[in-house]
Amino acid sequence: MNLQIALLLGQDGVTNGAIYALLALSILLVFTVTRILLIPQGEFVTYGALTMATIQAGEPTPLAWLLLALTVTECALDVLARYRAGRGLRVDRGMLGKLAWCAALVISVYHLPLASLPVAAQALLTLCLVVPLGPRLYRLFFQPIAGATPLVLLIVSIAVHVAMVGVGLLLFGPEGARTTPFSQAGLELGPVTLNSQTLWVLALSLVLIIALFLFFGRSLYGKALQATAVNRNGARLMGISPELAGKATFAMAAFIGCLSGILIAPITTLYFDSGFIISLKGFVGAIIGGLVSYPLAALGALAVGLVEAFSMFWASNYKEVIVFTLIIPFLLWRSLRSHHVEEDA
Amino acid sequence: MKKLLTAALLSGAAGIALSGAPAARAEVKIGVITSASGPIALVGIPQKNSVALMPKQIGDQPVRYITLDDGSDPTASVKAFKKLIDEEHVDAIIGPSGSPNAMGVIQFAAESGTPMLAPVGTAAVVLPMTEQKKWVFKTTQNDDLIAQALVENMVKRGVKTLGFIGTADPYGENWSKVIGALAEKNGIKVVANERFQRQDTSVTGQGLKILMARPDAVLVAAPGSSSVMPQTTLFDQGYKGQMYQTHGAALDQFLQLGGKKVEGTILAASLMLVLDETPDSHPSKAIAQHYIDAYKTAYGQTPATFGANVYDAGLLLEKAIPAAEQKAQPGTPAFRAALRDALENTHELAATQGVYNMSVEDHSGFDTRGRELITVKDGHWALLK
Repeated sequence: MNLQIALLLGQDGVTNGAIYALLALSILLVFTVTRILLIPQGEFVTYGALTMATIQAGEPTPLAWLLLALTVTECALDVLARYRAGRGLRVDRGMLGKLAWCAALVISVYHLPLASLPVAAQALLTLCLVVPLGPRLYRLFFQPIAGATPLVLLIVSIAVHVAMVGVGLLLFGPEGARTTPFSQAGLELGPVTLNSQTLWVLALSLVLIIALFLFFGRSLYGKALQATAVNRNGARLMGISPELAGKATFAMAAFIGCLSGILIAPITTLYFDSGFIISLKGFVGAIIGGLVSYPLAALGALAVGLVEAFSMFWASNYKEVIVFTLIIPFLLWRSLRSHHVEEDA
Repeated sequence: MKKLLTAALLSGAAGIALSGAPAARAEVKIGVITSASGPIALVGIPQKNSVALMPKQIGDQPVRYITLDDGSDPTASVKAFKKLIDEEHVDAIIGPSGSPNAMGVIQFAAESGTPMLAPVGTAAVVLPMTEQKKWVFKTTQNDDLIAQALVENMVKRGVKTLGFIGTADPYGENWSKVIGALAEKNGIKVVANERFQRQDTSVTGQGLKILMARPDAVLVAAPGSSSVMPQTTLFDQGYKGQMYQTHGAALDQFLQLGGKKVEGTILAASLMLVLDETPDSHPSKAIAQHYIDAYKTAYGQTPATFGANVYDAGLLLEKAIPAAEQKAQPGTPAFRAALRDALENTHELAATQGVYNMSVEDHSGFDTRGRELITVKDGHWALLK
């Protein structure tokens, strides 16, 4: 091992670590606001990456139909709920907007010259397709049981994950996919050439983390979400809608996941079932942060990336073992240090 | 309702009377277990698709295929296997798709005396031959047959040191064993031996370790499109030696994902990739072409080799069933035993992957006609000359 190798491994570790950090933040965000451990977080990554690959191949992605189907179901349920509450059969403007959005997407994936669009437009289209999945999933699967215990929420979360992996196989097929890099240039840094995609990953992750920080620190919506995270009942009394909070966090989770997918798709081959293991590493990071602290979770995830990079150099056979064993000392340390507080029901 | 039932009974009786008791043939039932969903779906889907292309009538005997999906889960394979044996009373089973899945069901094949045709990669299902494995036949080339071709080429090119990277699963492990032994015999030193997972997002560390050992050539042993990433990583890191791949990489996806970075790769696989260049005298050419055309007509894409492995199992049965029929009626243990014997006596059967010659010791049955040295030239597969 010399300096150059250490630098190369470090670069690799930091790139993966940045992605894990984003996912860790997203898992943490969803958990604190809704008490749901978002197991399907990784599916947003693969859906993002594979949709991007389908678009670059110039094929219309069937994901648009899935989104349309989920939206129609959601609207139907909303209308039904309203009718039952005695407010009559009425379709409001929000629903029409959502349906129009999906219809526009279906039309655009079939009629735009997908393969020849600039990369930014392709990425934007991918985000438009994947991000609305987040709130739809929340509305359909979690909102009806929002008051359930975390264990029930976790089980539903696992079910959604398994279903999404299966749907992913149907939508994208069993083969792995890779997309073209955003740009070909590299940056010479001493003995190492930094891959341009690595720079993209680092820069965008940093921007996103700062944006999240500002959003929660400065904006009213951010503060409302944070309030929900601190105390759901209290926040509700202050007029913050838990439904809106849930949908908003799921939209953010889907956005972060999808963006991560678009970012790493050019540097690795992703399969329909790759998401779980990626988000699991983000989860290890979130655990290191005790599922409460954002900076600790980000640092933890970065550490996971670095440990992973160096362990694949020294003992490639035991890489996953080493990475996931990391969680045990932290869990021990956490459980010894913390005083268990019962949440007020 | 009653009327219908009577009518059905009557016509059934009439059917039996017409065909005469001795000629009344029960249909042959063949169970197929594939992993058409789950992690190894890329292997299972072409296999499931190939079932529809297999012979529906063998002689004057109708054949029924019962296809089950095990979701790539070995436990589910066992359940599906037992279901086929206990409830459907099948005469033979094709599958499962995965090596661990196949290893888990061998004992049940032996217990019930049902011949099993496994389209899996690992040679461990038929080697070393035991009392239980007597019931198993394997429709893929054994790793060592492919490895011999690769090592011969390495010797020819003067390769002295070899780097190896394989998946951390039975496929990679078995290749590591096979290539280690063969290389040593031929005076080639394996200087790096690394593992990775199919879902890994990066193999930088393994790549660097191989680079540091400075091997003359590197062999990647991974099934399906996971074989691409180690090679592109090494390319990006500036490795200039010769790259070798196993038959696991013999997919068009490999070319798509690898692009220019896999140019010049050498691999050994069945002739399916280079049919156009294969001489017409090759006994498998027409059959492989027929299979590819039929698959393309039905599904609009070229089949992966995995599908052809299942198709070959169908061809083996097509040959063996008439012989077994002379000894017993389908659906009886005697028929299954006769079928097993007939499969073991398969002689010079040309199929899509090569020519099968089974024997008591060799239940895979390939010879050198089952492999070609292939290279990537201008983004296409080409016969290595």
